[in-house]
Formats: sequence, structure tokens, C-alpha cells
Amino acid sequence: MTARDNIEDIETIGNPNVENPFISAKNVNVHYGDNHAIKDVSLQIAKNQVIALIGPSGCGKSTFIRCINRMNDTIDIAKITGKISLDGEDIYSKELDPVILRARVGMVFQKPNPFPKSIYDNVAYGPKIHGLAKDRNELDEIVANSLQKAGLYEEVSDRLDESGLSLSGGQQQRLCIARTIAVNPEVILMDEPCSALDPIATARIENLIDELSEKFSIVIVTHSMQQAARVSQRVAYFHLGRLVEVDDTEKVFTNPSHILTQDYITGRIG
Amino acid sequence: MSKKNLSLSTQQKVRKSLSSRYKKETLFQYFGLSSLSVGIIFLVIFFYSVLSQGFSAFTQTYISLKVDFSDNLVVKNNKIDSIDSNFDAIIRSALRERFPEVNNRRDRRELYKLISIGAVYQLIDHLDMSPGDVGSREILSFPTSSDVDMYVKGNIDRKLDESKRTISNNQMMWIDELVEKGEIKMKFNSALFSNGDSREPELAGIYSALKGSFLMLFITLIVSFPVGIAAAIYLEEFAPKNKISDLIEVNINNLAAVPSIVFGLLGLAVFINWFGIPRSSPLVGGLVLSLLTLPVIIISSRAAITAIPPSIKEAALGVGASHMQVVAHHILPLAFPGMLTGAIIGMSRALGESAPLLMIGMVAFIVDIPSVITDPSSALPVQIYLWADSPERAFAERTSAAIIILLGFLLTMNLLAIYLRKKFERKW
Ligand SMILES: Nc1ncnc2c1ncn2[C@@H]1O[C@H](COP(=O)(O)OP(=O)(O)OP(=O)(O)O)[C@@H](O)[C@H]1O
Ligand SMILES: [Mg+2]
Repeated sequence: MTARDNIEDIETIGNPNVENPFISAKNVNVHYGDNHAIKDVSLQIAKNQVIALIGPSGCGKSTFIRCINRMNDTIDIAKITGKISLDGEDIYSKELDPVILRARVGMVFQKPNPFPKSIYDNVAYGPKIHGLAKDRNELDEIVANSLQKAGLYEEVSDRLDESGLSLSGGQQQRLCIARTIAVNPEVILMDEPCSALDPIATARIENLIDELSEKFSIVIVTHSMQQAARVSQRVAYFHLGRLVEVDDTEKVFTNPSHILTQDYITGRIG
Repeated sequence: MSKKNLSLSTQQKVRKSLSSRYKKETLFQYFGLSSLSVGIIFLVIFFYSVLSQGFSAFTQTYISLKVDFSDNLVVKNNKIDSIDSNFDAIIRSALRERFPEVNNRRDRRELYKLISIGAVYQLIDHLDMSPGDVGSREILSFPTSSDVDMYVKGNIDRKLDESKRTISNNQMMWIDELVEKGEIKMKFNSALFSNGDSREPELAGIYSALKGSFLMLFITLIVSFPVGIAAAIYLEEFAPKNKISDLIEVNINNLAAVPSIVFGLLGLAVFINWFGIPRSSPLVGGLVLSLLTLPVIIISSRAAITAIPPSIKEAALGVGASHMQVVAHHILPLAFPGMLTGAIIGMSRALGESAPLLMIGMVAFIVDIPSVITDPSSALPVQIYLWADSPERAFAERTSAAIIILLGFLLTMNLLAIYLRKKFERKW
């Protein structure tokens, strides 16, 4: 019982570190004004690996992954301390341009947020501003390819010039995934990418995650234990802003060490 | 069983409260409807009074006269010499010929007053257009003086004592005769649209004021729209949030509420006395109105920017757009319809302003039509003010006509705003 109540000074259990870290967060703290949303989190993420972040609502999963592409910079009241590096480079150093960082670290947001532009322009926007396509044909190809991978192409191929906002919630979610992968990022942060998807679309996205993880690192936030078990190699359990436990997926789901992790995955909290 | 009871009672409670809920709704609808009716009634009264008074100003009374071009004209080098020729005499002799029974000097002077003093210019124009008429006799129609015009339009009470009328018994008699013989015609009052101001009502027009207002609005638009948008974007997107930016924000909001005459004083001190921009010119007027419009545009543009959901901005940043790209590709296009609406509201306000123009010398008697932005000119509301101040009955009519034209101008601007907003909203 004490372990449940006394989480203020717990150490992260398990293996937060990996052999060849691609992303490395050390003693990260995030404050939203007086709200201490992330408390002293250290976590390393390897290349070619999928890590799933799980935990009850409001525990700071979104806040943590938004630190990795400096998305919290846009929130005035957010204060981030600690150190996060990408491929050995400190991402909060003055020399690093957040524009380059965000081209390398793509993000799928928790709420689908397509631009009020056409479906085509939504996907083409990233490649366009980064100059990834030489000509229109190449751009067309990138757009079609990205939509295909996100499992949306068949549904929208004949109405690419319609507004992205005319799509259903689940279609919008896949559109946002297509928009993110069109830039070809090295790290993809996915905040509940399948929350509005049916099982078939979910399976497609999970296949996509498998495929992408052959080359890239993927951080996925999910509320579905099954999904975490299916797609990830490691699982990190967050609780009230603390990283409670992180370990290989199989270990966490079959034999969780911390009582809070146990409670969560057996459905007693969250 | 108990569960069923519970749900039944909930239903009954809802039923009971329903009628009072609907009553409130109906009450509110009646309230809204009656406020709307009050507004519409006032609008109708306003339009009726302006239109009924102003419409007659769009026509002008003309008298047909047979003029003799064989006398009083001096031709030099195949051209009519406008200095030595006596055009007045041509018209006078035509009048004498029409009314041969009038032969004492006092009566003749009254007779000559039937025709506008502007008739001379019409004669000169006619001879310029058809110089072949020299030496022949032609029937031409000439504008009457404004008093005759008023009499023909029924604005002068003939039962009034002669000394209280602007038109004498004799003049009334002659006009009645002309009307009876069909020698008096009503024509479209083109002078109203092509002339500048004049002391003679029948020669006074709003073209100078219209063009002045147009030039002024043009300057206001090109100065305040880009500056306002740039300021709004900077304040919303780039300015650090600290005490200084708070202070600026408070000041801008204050500026929008400053009485417009203060801007006129500022314009006088800065633009005229310091920069030396000519007084009464559309340039200085436009700059003063820009000061007036700027806060309105900044405030509405900022509101348009804040209304954009932050998720759009995050989405663009998330794929690696720079801050400037986010602004140019997303914020500006999405906020533009709102910015445009703000600009047009500001411009409409500027169009109707007259107080600040008093300070920079635009309340002046301007006869000439401005051709460049530094020429002295008048403005529509100022012209309305000047005419409303004139004692002549004919100017009252023209005041209403000028108001109609101003309203038309405003209506066009607002329709344009709606059209542009619709157009930009459908862009993607
Ligand atoms: N923009 C913000 N401003 C202020 N506080 C915030 C903001 N975003 C998140 N928070 C706070 O930070 C804490 C963590 O929120 P976060 O969104 O990271 O939770 P989460 O784990 O992603 O939850 P969920 O599973 O519901 O998405 C919460 O207490 C929340 O109130
Ligand atoms: Mg979240």
C-alpha cells in the first residue's frame, strides 16, 4: 500500500537506459505555471525501436513527447529543465534550430488537426516547405505514397482537392499521419494515433509502425494495452508525472515490478 | 419496479418544466422581434425623409429659349472670342424676345433672374461643340435659377405674401405661362455630379467632395491596412509578452476610443505644421483618417488571429515550418477575411468622419475638382455639413441628395466587404 501512496520519491524501476541511445532524456522536469507535470524523468530510446508510453489520463505522456520536438516552446507558461539529446546533440541548446529538429522528429497530435486546405495540400505541405520534391510529379508521388502508407489513399484518391476538414474523424487522423510521414522524419512521435480508428484501419497503422521502425525510432502513446503489446518493444509507465517503470514489453505485461504498473495493466486504475 | 418509477418521475419532471422553458423561449423571441422592429422603423423613417427630400435634387428645371447667334458674338481667327463676345446679352435678348410685353427696367431685371448665371457656360460649351451655329437662330434649353427650380418643384407657397417669397408675382406669372406652353422641362441634374461647390445652388455639385473622399479613402486604405495587419501580426505572434507589450495593448485599445477631433489636431500639428503637407488636401486627410482607422484594424486583426485554433499552428510547426512560414501560409490566409472586415468597418467610419477634417482645413469652399492628392478638396460629410448650413431652400434638397450619395457609397463598400469575405473564405 505504501508504494501506491508514496510516489513522490520513487526511482524509475526497470531499464530506462539502452545501449545505443538515439534519444536521451535526462532529469527532465516540466512545469505549467505551478503545475509540475513531468517530474525528473530520465529515459533513453534506441533507433529501430518502438516504445509505448502508457499511463492514466493526465499523467504527462503528451507533455513528455512534446518535449522531444520542442512543441512545448509554443506554450508560454511551460518551463522545461533537464537535458534531451537527439543523436548526441542537445536539442535545447541555442545553436539548434527547432525547424531542423521538427523536420527530423515528426509528430502526430492527439487531436487530429488537418490544415483547412485540400487533402493534397495537407500532405504536400511538409515536403513543399522543405523542398523535398524536385517537381510536381515527384510531389504527387510523395503524397500518394504517404496516403497509401497511412491507409487512406483508396478512400480519397478521387477527391484529393477536397478540404481535409470534410473527412471523418478517423480519416482526419490518418491524414495527419500521412502528413507526418511525408517529410520522412527519423523519429515519429505518435500521440494516440488510433484513438478514432476501426480495427482494420488500426491494423494498417500498426503495420505501418512495424515497417517504419525498421529504419526509425517511434514513440507511441496509447491507452490500449493490446496495441502496446502488439507494436512496441519497450513500454514506459507514467504516473502523476513520474516515470514509474520502463522495461521490455513482454516483461512489463507479464511480470510488472511496481505495484502501480500492476494495478494499471490489470485494470485497477486508469 | 423502483427503477421504473424513478424514470417515470424524471419524465414527469421534464414534462412539467418543459412548458415554462418554452414560455421563456417565446418571450425571448418576442423581445428580439420587437427590438428589431424598433430598429427597422427608425431606419424606414430616416430613409423616407432623406429620400423624399433628396430625390428632387437629381432633376433640374430648364427653360427652352430661341437664341440669336447673329449678334453679340466676336469671331477672331475662325474662333469665337470669349472675352469680347457678350454671351449674357444673347440670353437676355432671347428672354426679351420671348416676353416682349416686359419693357420697364425693373421688370426686365426680374426677368433675367429666371435663368441661372451658369447658363453662360452652357452657351459657351454649345458654341464650342457646334461652331457652325454662329449666325443662325437655335432653340436651346437653359437651367433656371434655383428659386425658379424650387417654385416649379412646388417648394414655394404661392399664397404667401410677395415680400416673403424668393420669387415675385411677375416671375410667377411668366413661369406659369412657360409651364402652360410646355417650354419648361425637367432634366437630369448632371451639375450635381460634375461640379464642385458653388454659391449658386443650381451650380453646386458634389464631384469635388466625392473625389476628395475617394482619394482620402484610398490613402487611408494603403496606409492603414498594411500597417495595421503588420502591427497585429507582430503583436500576436512575435512580440515578447511583457509589461511593455501590455502597455502597448492598453494604448491601442485607448486609441480606438479617442475622440476623432483629437486626431485632427494631431494631424494639424504633425502633418501640416511639421511635414508641411498642404492643408485641405486628400493626402493630409487620408493620413489623419489612417490614424483613426489604424486601431480599429489592429484590434479586429488581432481578434481574427486569436480566433485561429492553436492546433493549426502546432500542425504547421510540427512538420517543420518556421514561425514566419506559419504566419504566411496559415495565420494570414485564415485571419484575412476577419482582417478585411475590420478594415472595411474602419474605412466606413473614416468615410463618415467630419470632425477631424475641420482641423485640417477641409471645411472650405472648394470649387475646383482635385486632380492629385495634394490639391485642396472637400469630403462628402463636410459637404453635407456645409450645405446643411446654407439658408437657401435649394441647398436643403441638395443636402439630402448628398446624404443619399454617401449612403450609396457606404452600401457599395459594405457589399464589397461581404463579397470579398465570401470569396476568401472559399479559397481552399
Ligand atoms: N497547455 C497546457 N497548459 C497547462 N497545463 C497543461 C497543458 N497541457 C497539459 N497540462 C497539464 O499537464 C498535465 C499532464 O497533461 P498531459 O496532456 O501530458 O497528460 P496525458 O498523459 O497526455 O493525458 P491523456 O492520456 O488524457 O492525453 C495535466 O495535469 C494537464 O492539466
Ligand atoms: Mg495526452
